[in-house]
Amino acid sequence: MIRKIMTADQAVADISDGASIMVGGFLGTGTPEILMEALVRKGAKHLTVICNDGGLPAKDGRPARGVGKLLEQGMIDHLIASHVGMNPLVGQGMNDGSLECELVPQGTLAERIRAAAAGLGGVLTPTGVGTMIAEGKETMTINGKEYLLEMPLTADFALCRASECDDFGNFHCNLATKNFNGVMAMAAKTVIIGSEKIIKTGENHPDDFEVPGIFVDRIVGGEQPWLI
Amino acid sequence: MADLKARIAARTAKEFKDGDVANLGIGLPTLVANYIPEDTHIVIHSENGFTGLSEETRKGEEHPDVINSGGCFVRHTPEANFFDTSMSFAIVRGGHVDVTVLGAMEVDEHGNLANWIVPGKMVAGMGGAMDLVVGAKKVIISMLHTQKGRPKILKECTLPYTALGVVDMIITEMGVMEVTPEGILLTELHPDYSLEEIQAATDCQLRISPELKAMEEA
Repeated sequence: MIRKIMTADQAVADISDGASIMVGGFLGTGTPEILMEALVRKGAKHLTVICNDGGLPAKDGRPARGVGKLLEQGMIDHLIASHVGMNPLVGQGMNDGSLECELVPQGTLAERIRAAAAGLGGVLTPTGVGTMIAEGKETMTINGKEYLLEMPLTADFALCRASECDDFGNFHCNLATKNFNGVMAMAAKTVIIGSEKIIKTGENHPDDFEVPGIFVDRIVGGEQPWLI
Repeated sequence: MADLKARIAARTAKEFKDGDVANLGIGLPTLVANYIPEDTHIVIHSENGFTGLSEETRKGEEHPDVINSGGCFVRHTPEANFFDTSMSFAIVRGGHVDVTVLGAMEVDEHGNLANWIVPGKMVAGMGGAMDLVVGAKKVIISMLHTQKGRPKILKECTLPYTALGVVDMIITEMGVMEVTPEGILLTELHPDYSLEEIQAATDCQLRISPELKAMEEA
């Protein structure tokens, strides 16, 4: 079997300047912080990042969370997210022109990623009809209801967080850490998992994992629970 | 101000039926959960990925893997179920949420809603709001009637839309209104205000229900 387990630095070594990366998590919960830290050490620039939000900024001596770690290093040129109000660095970057931010409704973001993962040519959604979000997009009327055509969204890498992962890559995310992790793991070319716990294949029952290991290319252990 | 918000939240809580699936926005809408009668069991959906949202945790009792969509550590109910974002928004868009309660910057007499961006000023993003108002069976806007004395209930929204024609009901400290094809119908007026006062605080013409009632206190 291909050996997938490696260090965080090895796992992100080929994420080069200009790469596109999906990052799991919702305001940091469910984000692989050890992979964010490794990416900061690697120092890749001009990244396109696809994430639910802009993470959280450093505050009161606590480090930034999630994508906030990349934002504070100025590593992101283009952010595709649904909500950026919790991290003022996004607004600052947009104002000074260093950051371009595309806002996508949360449900649409998930389905655009899923469409890419599932081999679909796009998604028809009622969300955003008649708003700024619809500008430049095709619409279709089906059974009298108007829908927007939203296009698939893929990336070079997905950086996802697991609570538990076996050494084949089957993984499970506890409770509210699931969010975008499963769908992003299906949609990117190279998938890297930061896991709290790594177990031997066969030790767990197959029912214990909700995401199949066939999507996973690299596994890194040592992810911590975060209480900030 | 806190009293007015409590009044709005308490009145909003009367709109729930036993068994409803609800999604409550951040801020005032979150307070609504405190006023649901004990014999009315509702299931609260949290768009970051679960049904069965309960109250915020006390310090020291936080679970690192359970937050609400505002990023606060929260508890979950015994019947809670956790899922990914794709499932979460299938629940939202698919019409499986009975009631959503949100705040607004502007609502107009056509039921159009603006609550996600002030161009050039506030760029927070829409999060799940656009999906929620399009997908939920009933959309209630619970908010203070005016912003720094300026009406928020308008003939036409001036800010970019969150969605068109989605608002069913507006609940403020001054009264309760329904959005109808003929415009905004005032169904309850709070005893602290006269019809002239609520109209003066509203940009569009209010229609007055023939069965106009006094808005109940909490």
